[in-house]
Amino acid sequence: MDSMANISGTALYIAFVLYFIATIFFGATVKQKKQDTSKSVSGAIGITITMIGFLVQIVYFVTRWIASGHAPVSNLFEFMTFFGMGLVFAFIILYFIYKLNILGLFALPIAMIVIAYASVFPTEISPLSASLQSHWLYIHVTTVSLSYGILSISFVAGLIYLIRQIDQTRRSKRTTWLEVVLVSLFVFVGFSIISLVFNVSGYSAEFEYSFNGETVTTDYHLPPIVGPNEGNLLTGDRMNPFFEAPGWMQGVEASRKFNTIIWSTLTGLLLYGVVRLILRKRIGAAIQPLLKKVKPDLLDEVSYRAVAIGFPLFTLGGLIFASIWAHYAWDRFWGWDPKEVWALVTWFFYAAFLHLRLSRGWHGERSAWLAVGGFAIILFNLIAVNLVLAGLHSYA
Amino acid sequence: MAKIKCECGHINPEGTVLCEACGKPVEENQHIDGNDKQKLLNMRYDGSARRSQTYNKSIIDKLWNFFSSVKVGVWLIVLALIASGIGTIFPQEQYIPANAVSRDPSIYYEDQYGIFGLIYYQLGFHNLYSSWWYLLLIALIGISLVVCSIDRFVPLYKALKRQKPRRHTQFLKRQRLFSQTDDVTDDDKAKLKSNLKKKRYKVYEENGHLLAEKGRFSRWGPYVNHIGLIIVLIAALLRMTPLMYMEEYVWVREGEQTVIPGTDSEYYLENKEFVLETYDKDDERYQEALEMQGDVVKNYQTNVAIYKDSGEQVAGAKPELDKVTEDEIRLNHPLEVDGFTLFQSGYQNNEFKNMTFKIHETDDNDEKSLGSFTIDLSSPKDKYELDNGFTVAVNQYYPDYELDEGEPRSKTNYPRKPAFVFSVHTPDGEEPEMSFVGVGNNVDPTGENDYKLGIEDFDMRYASGLSVKRDYTLPFFIIGAAIFMIGVIQGMYWQHRRVWIHPEGEGVMVAGHTNKNWFGLKKDIEQVIEDTDVEMVTDQQELK
Ligand code: HEM
Repeated sequence: MDSMANISGTALYIAFVLYFIATIFFGATVKQKKQDTSKSVSGAIGITITMIGFLVQIVYFVTRWIASGHAPVSNLFEFMTFFGMGLVFAFIILYFIYKLNILGLFALPIAMIVIAYASVFPTEISPLSASLQSHWLYIHVTTVSLSYGILSISFVAGLIYLIRQIDQTRRSKRTTWLEVVLVSLFVFVGFSIISLVFNVSGYSAEFEYSFNGETVTTDYHLPPIVGPNEGNLLTGDRMNPFFEAPGWMQGVEASRKFNTIIWSTLTGLLLYGVVRLILRKRIGAAIQPLLKKVKPDLLDEVSYRAVAIGFPLFTLGGLIFASIWAHYAWDRFWGWDPKEVWALVTWFFYAAFLHLRLSRGWHGERSAWLAVGGFAIILFNLIAVNLVLAGLHSYA
Repeated sequence: MAKIKCECGHINPEGTVLCEACGKPVEENQHIDGNDKQKLLNMRYDGSARRSQTYNKSIIDKLWNFFSSVKVGVWLIVLALIASGIGTIFPQEQYIPANAVSRDPSIYYEDQYGIFGLIYYQLGFHNLYSSWWYLLLIALIGISLVVCSIDRFVPLYKALKRQKPRRHTQFLKRQRLFSQTDDVTDDDKAKLKSNLKKKRYKVYEENGHLLAEKGRFSRWGPYVNHIGLIIVLIAALLRMTPLMYMEEYVWVREGEQTVIPGTDSEYYLENKEFVLETYDKDDERYQEALEMQGDVVKNYQTNVAIYKDSGEQVAGAKPELDKVTEDEIRLNHPLEVDGFTLFQSGYQNNEFKNMTFKIHETDDNDEKSLGSFTIDLSSPKDKYELDNGFTVAVNQYYPDYELDEGEPRSKTNYPRKPAFVFSVHTPDGEEPEMSFVGVGNNVDPTGENDYKLGIEDFDMRYASGLSVKRDYTLPFFIIGAAIFMIGVIQGMYWQHRRVWIHPEGEGVMVAGHTNKNWFGLKKDIEQVIEDTDVEMVTDQQELK
C-alpha cells in the first residue's frame, strides 16, 4: 500500500516537471518567424510532452485511488490537483481543435500554479466520510472538474487576448486591472512558495483562543503576523503577532487563514515587485510584444468556444449530477448550501456571458474580461467557499 | 397589417428587416437591427420581423417588449446572481450550527457577526432564498425567457423556412465572410457543389445559385433549453403545494415502533437496530489522517421493518399490521416504500437503554456486590426481586433528572439522565431503607443506611433520525433538466452554417454565415474551394 502511495507522489512530481518542460517548448514557438505556427516542430514537441505529462498524472490518480481505496477527489489537495488535471486535459482538447501554441504557454503554467497550490495542503490519504460514499462522488466531481478545466481555458485565452490587445503605451484603468489579474497569479505562487519554505523548516506556533464559548487551539505554520482574536501564544520562543484578527472574523481557524492570506499576498507582491524591477515595465507591457503574431480573432473565438463546450458540461456535472447526489446523501436535491449557491452563481454568470455575447454583441475585450470574471468565480468556489464559508461541503 | 413586398416578389410581414426569401434589406427598417450604422448585416434572427421590434403602442406591447428584451433578461440574471451570492455571506437560518450560543436568529446573527450580522438579519437575508423578492426575481426570469423565446422563435422559424438559395447581392456582400472571383470555370463551379456535399452540407439550388446549409436544428437549441428551464421552474412551484410534496421527520429509538408521519397513520416503522461504523484506527491507509482527525464515521444505518395497517382505520382501534418489507436505510441509500422515501438523516446517542444496579454494604470499601438487578428504562417495573432475597422497590423515577428550585423533576420523558428513589427491603423484614441514585448522584437521605446501591453497568440506546418524503415533482425536475441538457447541447455542440454561391457574370460570389464557430466555417470553405480558382473569403469583421 505504502509503495503505491509513493509511486503516486512521484508521478505527480514528474507530471509537474513535464508540464514545465512542455511550457518551455511552447515558449520557443513564440520566437519563430513563421506566420503559421500550427506546423511548428517545437509546438509538436510541446504538445507531445504535455500529453505524456497528462498520462503520468493519470498514473498519479490511479495509484492514489488504489492506495486509498476511493477516488482521490475527497479533500482540497486531491480536488485541486484533479482540477489541474482537468485544465491540462481541456487544453489538449482545444489544442487539437485550434492548434494554438500560445495557449500552451499560458495554460500549462496556470495548471502548474494550481497543482503547486494544491500540494501544500495536507496530502495524507484520508478516509471517506460517510456521506461521500457514493458513486455519484466520482461522477459529479469528474464532470465538474473537467468543465472547470474547459471554462478555465476560456480565461486563459481571454487573458492572452487582453495582454495582446490592451494599449500599453500609457497607463489606464485597463492596464491597471490587467496587472491586478497578473498579480493575483503571483499571489498563488507566493502562497505555494511561502508555505513550502516554512513547511520544510517545520515552523509551528500554537495559540489558544475562545471559539463559540470553548477554548480551542490552532497551530500556525507561518509566523503570526495576525493572531487569533484575544488569543494566547502557547509555543515559547516564537514571535508575537503584530495585531489580532478583528472580532467579526469568526470562522473556524479564521485568523490562521487570514494570516496565510497576508503572507501569500506579501510574498506575491514581493515576487511581482522583483519581476517589475527586472523588466522595468508593466508585466502586461513586457509580454505584449511576444504576442504580435497571434490573431486576436482566434483568441476571442477560443475563449468563447471554451465556454460553449464547458457550459453544458458544467450544467450536467455541477447542477444536475450534484442534485442527484444531494438527493441521496442529504435527502434533498437542493439546499442552498454555500457551495451549491456558488455553483448556481457560476451558472448564472456564464448564462449571462452567453446572452451578452449572442444578443448584445459583447465580443473581443468585453468578452475577455467576462472570461476573467468567470475564472475568478470558479476559484472562489473552489477555494474560498471551502475555507471561508464552510458548509456541508467543507473538506479542509 | 402593412405587408412588405420585396422586389423578388416575396411578401414579408410588417417589421421585416431582411427579405425572408432573398435577404435584400428592407430600406425603412434597417434601424431595427442597427444595420444602417455598419457595413455588415446583423444576422442574429435573419432580419425577421419580431413582434417586440415592431409594435410599441398598447400597454401589452410595452410589457411584451420589456420582457422580450435580452438586456432586461441579463439584468434579471445578474441580479439573481448577486442576490444568491449575498445569501452566502453568513449562514442561512437553517444552517445556524447546533452548538451556537443561541439558534434564535434574532440573537445569533448579532451575537456572532456584530453590526453586520444584525443588518443582515433585519434585511431578512437569513432567509433570502425563500423571500418574496427572490422568488419574484426567479419568476420574472421565467416570464422573460418565455416571452423572449416566443418573440424570436416563430419569426426565425419562418424566415429560415422561406429562405431561397438565390440571394440579393447586397445581402451577400454584407456578410461577414465574403469573396468575389471574376473568372470561374463551370468545372470549378461544379466542384464547389460536390465539395459542399462531401462536407455534408445540404445543398439547395436555384438557377445555379447555391445555398449550402448544415446544422439548422442547432438554432432551436436555445428554445428547447428554455422550455426545459420553464418545466424546472414549474416543478419548483408545484413543490410548494402539499399535494405534490410532503416532508416529515421522525426519530425512532432502537427497538421502538412508530407511525410514519405523513402517511395518515397507514404505515408503521420499527427500528430493529441502528448501526454506526467508524474507520478502523489500525487501517494502515488512513492511520496518519485518523491520528489528526480522530474518529471518522464510515457509515450509519437503520435496519427497519415497515408495516402497513390493513384494518379499518377507526379512531382508537388497534392497528392490524402487516409487514411490507424489512430492509436497511443507509446514508446514500434511501428506502422507497409505496411512493414515499425514507432517508437516513441523523442520529443521537444520548439516552440510556438499561441500567444495572448492585447492592453492597455501606461500609464495605471494596463495594462487593451482594446482588444486582437491571432496569429497562423504557418500562421500569415497580419492584425488583433479587436472588439473595432483597427486594428493591422503585418509588420515584425521573428519566431526565434536574433540580428545579430545589424540587427534583424530570426535564423530558426521555432517559437522558435517569435518577431513582429506591426503597430497599432486606430479607429479614426490617424497616426499608431509602436511597436516591442517578447518574452522578448517590444520596442517602437519612445517613443511616446499611446498604448502598451503585450503578454497575449501563447500555446506551441510539435514536435514528429519518426523513420521510413523498415528492411527485421529481419526475418534472428530471424531465425539465433532461430537456435543458438536450437544448444546450443541441445549441452549443452544433452550429448553423450557411454558404451561398452566387454566379455573377463569369465568376461567383461566395458568402458564409454561422451563428458561432467562425473558425470552423472558414476551414470548411477553405476545403470547399481547394483546387479551384475561387478566392478564399475574407473575414470582413476581423478584430484588429
Ligand atoms: C438562467 C436562465 C437562462 C439560461 C440558463 C439560458 C440559457 C440560454 C442558452 C444556453 C442560450 C444559447 C446561447 C448560445 O447559443 O450562445 C440561450 C439563448 C437565448 N436566451 Fe436564454 N437562458 C436563460 C434566461 C434567458 C432569459 C431571461 C431570456 C430573456 C430575455 C433569454 C433569452 C435568450 C435568447 C433571446 C437567446 C438567443 C436565442 C437565439 O439567438 O436563437 N434567456 N439561453
